[in-house]
Amino acid sequence: MKTYHVTVRVNGVTYERMVKPTTTLAQLLRYELGFTGTKIGCDQGACGACTVLVDGKAVKSCSVLALQVNNKEVLTIEGLAAGDVLHPLQIAWLEHGAYQCGFCTSGMLMTAKALLDENPRPSEEEIIMAIKGNLCRCTGYVKIIEAIKSVAQQKGEE
Amino acid sequence: MRVKLEYIAPATVEEALRLIAEYGEEAKILAGGQSLLLFLKQGLVAPSYLIDIKTNLSKELSYINVEDGILKIGSLTTHRDVEKSRIVKDEIPILADVEKDLADVQIRNWGTVGGNICVADPTADLPPVLVVLGTKLKVRSLDSERLIPVEDFYVNLYETVLSPAELLVEVQIPKIPRDASIAYERLSHMKGERPVVSAAAFVRIDHNSLKCEEVRIAVGGAGSTVIRARRAESLCRGEKMEENLLQKVGDHVADEIEPSDDIYYSRDYKREMIKVLVRRALYKAVAKIRP
Repeated sequence: MKTYHVTVRVNGVTYERMVKPTTTLAQLLRYELGFTGTKIGCDQGACGACTVLVDGKAVKSCSVLALQVNNKEVLTIEGLAAGDVLHPLQIAWLEHGAYQCGFCTSGMLMTAKALLDENPRPSEEEIIMAIKGNLCRCTGYVKIIEAIKSVAQQKGEE
Repeated sequence: MRVKLEYIAPATVEEALRLIAEYGEEAKILAGGQSLLLFLKQGLVAPSYLIDIKTNLSKELSYINVEDGILKIGSLTTHRDVEKSRIVKDEIPILADVEKDLADVQIRNWGTVGGNICVADPTADLPPVLVVLGTKLKVRSLDSERLIPVEDFYVNLYETVLSPAELLVEVQIPKIPRDASIAYERLSHMKGERPVVSAAAFVRIDHNSLKCEEVRIAVGGAGSTVIRARRAESLCRGEKMEENLLQKVGDHVADEIEPSDDIYYSRDYKREMIKVLVRRALYKAVAKIRP
């Protein structure tokens, strides 16, 4: 199959690769660029484990073609912490125990970040609606929602 | 895995039209890909050319305007943009409501309204709502342009009247008249799932006589396409929209439509649910009408 050139900025660094038309963003991130923090769960756009941010918007990277993010900015879980300084959401995840196996975690955190970037003080209902596209088979979502809520409340106090 | 697949991202609408005229059935148009990618992965489609219109044509085909009393939405507008649009919330709030609940935020961020309409999934939320809104679809080819009412757009499961050389460019929704309102009811067993069946109703009432002047009812998930229940609609015209009439109309819609079995739900179950959803949609539409 013919390959095509793609330039993409991931976590602030520019990369260039040749990819097939059918290569998904998830595949580009994981197999071409080594960002394996993004997980492929269903590969069908249902589970959301592959969620990353493209130009600040949460998308399911298994359902976005790599060629369509040409010249765009991607943020993956690897880019969430600032060096050794964890993002407040990551700290909240640890404090609330909002993970068990951790497979949904990267996608869930990226979705939560996109939510709080757009809506710093979401209601519980808004949090629940925002994570609709991220499935978790372990936790039952309660601690995930509490973790997000705790960061939302912190931001409110700032 | 496909051996031959070429990817092209045309720079203009004209170039896109030239490409699809040239490649016809060998090409697939890629917008957000939230449905197409799944079909590609599952081997349900195997094009030789992938024409990516989202990458370069979004600036031309992503917009939301009101012109001459018509809400005009570019076909590459994302679901998320429609959901958040102040214009949509002011003019056609039902559309913003439906978009808010559609799939999930990730899919809405990348998927487009035009792509969704053209996939022709019979359980999709937009078609019944667009049908009762009297929506028209502006479609272009290299040498022509036509305006197709949504209710004439669907032929079969995943099949529309579009020829391979045609591109949906705009969705046109007339403003909702005074004394009219729309409601949409969907039944799904989990939030974010495709509905089992759904019903949309548009009702316009004369505010003196309280009698129904105009009604449109459309049902999704009952057959291979969205279906408009024209015979049942005629029961309403000139009548007061009272509880027992709505009940009767719901029953008639279920009879008129004759839902079919699918792999998840039986036709009997769908029949019973259609009766309820139509009645509720009509009831809510009537309740929302402000004279």
